[in-house]
Amino acid sequence: MDQANEQLIAGQRFTLEPDEMQADRWILNFGPQHPATHTTLRLVLILDGERIVDCVPDIGYLHSGFEKLGEVHDINQYVTVTDRTNYLSPVMNNLAWHGAWEKLFGIELTPRCKVIRTIVGELARIQDHVLSAGASALDLGAFTPFLYLFEDRELIYDLLEEISGARYMNSYTRLGGLFRDITPDWPRHVREFLNHMPKTLADCETLLLRNRIFIERLRGIGCVSRDDATNWSLTGVVARASGVLRDLRKDEPYLCFEQNWDGHGSSPVDFKVPVSDMGDTYARFVLRLEEIKQSLHIIAQLIDNIPPGPVNTASEEKINLPDKTEVWGSIEGLIHHFEIVMWNRGWEPPVGEAYGAVESPNGELGLYLVSSGGRVPYRARWRPPSFINYQCFGDLIKGHQVSDVVAVLGSLNIIAAELDR
Amino acid sequence: MITEQRVPGGMITTRPPFITGRLSEMISELRNPVKWARRWSLWPLPFATACCGIEVMALGASRYDIGRFGAEAMRFSPRQADLLICAGRVAIKMMPILQHIYKQMTEPKWVMSMGACASTGGEFNVYATVQGVDQFLPVDVYVPGCPPRPEQLLEGLMLIQRLIDDGKSCLSYERAKGMRMRVKPEKITTLETVSNTVNEVLQRKGDL
Amino acid sequence: MAETADNKTLKVGVPGPLGSAGARGISVPADQPYGAWHPAVQSLQSRFGTTFQPFPLVINRAGPTDQVCLKVPAGQLLDVMRFLHDDDRCRFDLLSDLTCVDYLYFPNATDRYGVTYTLVSTPLRHRLWIKCYTNDPEPAVPSVTSIWKGANWQEREVWDMFGVRFPGHPDLRRILLWEGYGSHPLRKDYPPQGLGERANFEILGPQSA
Repeated sequence: MDQANEQLIAGQRFTLEPDEMQADRWILNFGPQHPATHTTLRLVLILDGERIVDCVPDIGYLHSGFEKLGEVHDINQYVTVTDRTNYLSPVMNNLAWHGAWEKLFGIELTPRCKVIRTIVGELARIQDHVLSAGASALDLGAFTPFLYLFEDRELIYDLLEEISGARYMNSYTRLGGLFRDITPDWPRHVREFLNHMPKTLADCETLLLRNRIFIERLRGIGCVSRDDATNWSLTGVVARASGVLRDLRKDEPYLCFEQNWDGHGSSPVDFKVPVSDMGDTYARFVLRLEEIKQSLHIIAQLIDNIPPGPVNTASEEKINLPDKTEVWGSIEGLIHHFEIVMWNRGWEPPVGEAYGAVESPNGELGLYLVSSGGRVPYRARWRPPSFINYQCFGDLIKGHQVSDVVAVLGSLNIIAAELDR
Repeated sequence: MITEQRVPGGMITTRPPFITGRLSEMISELRNPVKWARRWSLWPLPFATACCGIEVMALGASRYDIGRFGAEAMRFSPRQADLLICAGRVAIKMMPILQHIYKQMTEPKWVMSMGACASTGGEFNVYATVQGVDQFLPVDVYVPGCPPRPEQLLEGLMLIQRLIDDGKSCLSYERAKGMRMRVKPEKITTLETVSNTVNEVLQRKGDL
Repeated sequence: MAETADNKTLKVGVPGPLGSAGARGISVPADQPYGAWHPAVQSLQSRFGTTFQPFPLVINRAGPTDQVCLKVPAGQLLDVMRFLHDDDRCRFDLLSDLTCVDYLYFPNATDRYGVTYTLVSTPLRHRLWIKCYTNDPEPAVPSVTSIWKGANWQEREVWDMFGVRFPGHPDLRRILLWEGYGSHPLRKDYPPQGLGERANFEILGPQSA
């Protein structure tokens, strides 16, 4: 903690003297159309010279009624909308959405489904961290790492396209299972990717973390202390960079992170949670790269041991669409298929509420679901990590220079669609 | 004159007219080298609000490489751009800003509506989103998809290049004759209203 | 600079023991009343008596879940929240989620707006849900921004979307929609396509600047 205290003391050089508040001020409108604000964030900065005296974030420029849409789409239809919330890692939102519903229903998934979902979720985490690290480097003027990292993102696109049919917006999960099983070649392709990715990471670390300009622009900028982090409701990388030891995969485990996930006494997947107590922009950047390595480690453990069996729940439970041979071959299968597809039939979730959350790349991605018993949710509330992480920005940036805005924004990884929903 | 040839990749290459043509033709048809220069140096402004913006980034990255079409110089200042790529859904709150940016672009300018949300509203048929930016801007090319693959976006870019070759008028005041609706920017948000808000906030904090 | 950059700032560690009542994973004891195993509920009942009865958020096909909820009247909300934040057996230092549900068409609902708080304790690793109901015509719930700064924008969002006021909030403005937007769109009596906000633009001539 000594290091953290040092850093926080260093952060205090940014506090303002009272007489400085009286100086002449400029108002700078930053965004919403600005490359570093990813086009939809808007900041109104009150400046004293280059120094930020106050900052008022103004959001809502991409508000598109996700939660209202959740009240008119049924459980499996809405998964296409969930893709568009955090669009850096679409599959992770699918996992969160159907994971929360399965909690409400009380459905237990098959082991094969759990393993595939875990792998896909970690691929999504890599996908997200790769782009957010690359884009924040790009915002600071480093173009090469962005190109390197984006190529790996393309490889993940290929992997996800192979199993889901869609390159980007995968909509891969269904209630109680998956859209479809993986292809036989997929584990081999994933292994090729696992061999390729560490080289890219090593290249980027050499390019960025040994670059004095890059480090000096990140170090000691945007410090958040541990107590502030929890009080501001920060989660995910941003909180862990401030020393909050909290990762839902460890604290409230789900899928393969749970003890005995397959019913045969399997232990949870082994991985470590990188934590720093520096709390600055640099720590957040390094933690992202470190989490990529841990995700690769998780995938490497699972990819060779995908258990056989079905990916969907058994057809007696009347949750998933039955297999096509069953639909075409038997009258029960046909009726079962129609009962799920028809709008006035289908699932009968219990009346009540449930909260389900996954550890998304940005933090705790939760869904608070209210069901009145119909196939359409009564209310679907997103607990968006970007929105909640972003609210500390106004205080965080106070006293910094204008050029630090870009660095801190990049390290918080604000996704506009998740912010405004 | 312009000689076009299709290469197997589907890309249209054009030989500069002042290399193939005779001197007199070149002088009489000065607009041809201008077209040639324009079509290979489109400078896009990626108005990337949502998911489609990531596919624009994919297009700029190494695998798809928009630089093969001379359009790799992404400009975020409307004064330096001549192709507005409207990528992603546009909220009603955002629409005045988009129009403002379009007005700031210099002539000649083209607009590409990328993706289902920008073109029609897509799956976001809700209270807060604009159901198609073509109600407010003269759109030249619609790229379907949600989001479109980068290949589709390249096809859209090639369509813009063909529009340039056709040489039809692209001046915005002529094209905007069909447009009826314009948002008054002051209605939603201006710098003055924001600075008023800021002053209110500061007064509430007791800083002023 | 480079050496410190590589290793010294980074501590790879594993969080401590797992939570007792996380979002899932606890088997509910059948021989005691629901929620009695939850340390925060015990602590709260020893302080405020048994006025707050815990109930499960949902009873599904596997039985009642481990997501314990308490209904707190608006008058006592701040006291209860402050107690939950400060008490040693509760220590809810993270307000994970603050939202609202409009129960207008919900079967057997008596109150209209249910403001829902999801509390998390990062040291003790448990969760608790608090519900506070309020009704028309002036729906209001006291603001908890004095306890958790993270409630700030979430309360603004609830005001924007549901029209529930939070007395005590430092800056209660609309956040996602613009000032002057007439309605609160996540109320159940508001249609998804809106009340004409998409079409009622002021139309200026095409030549106007």
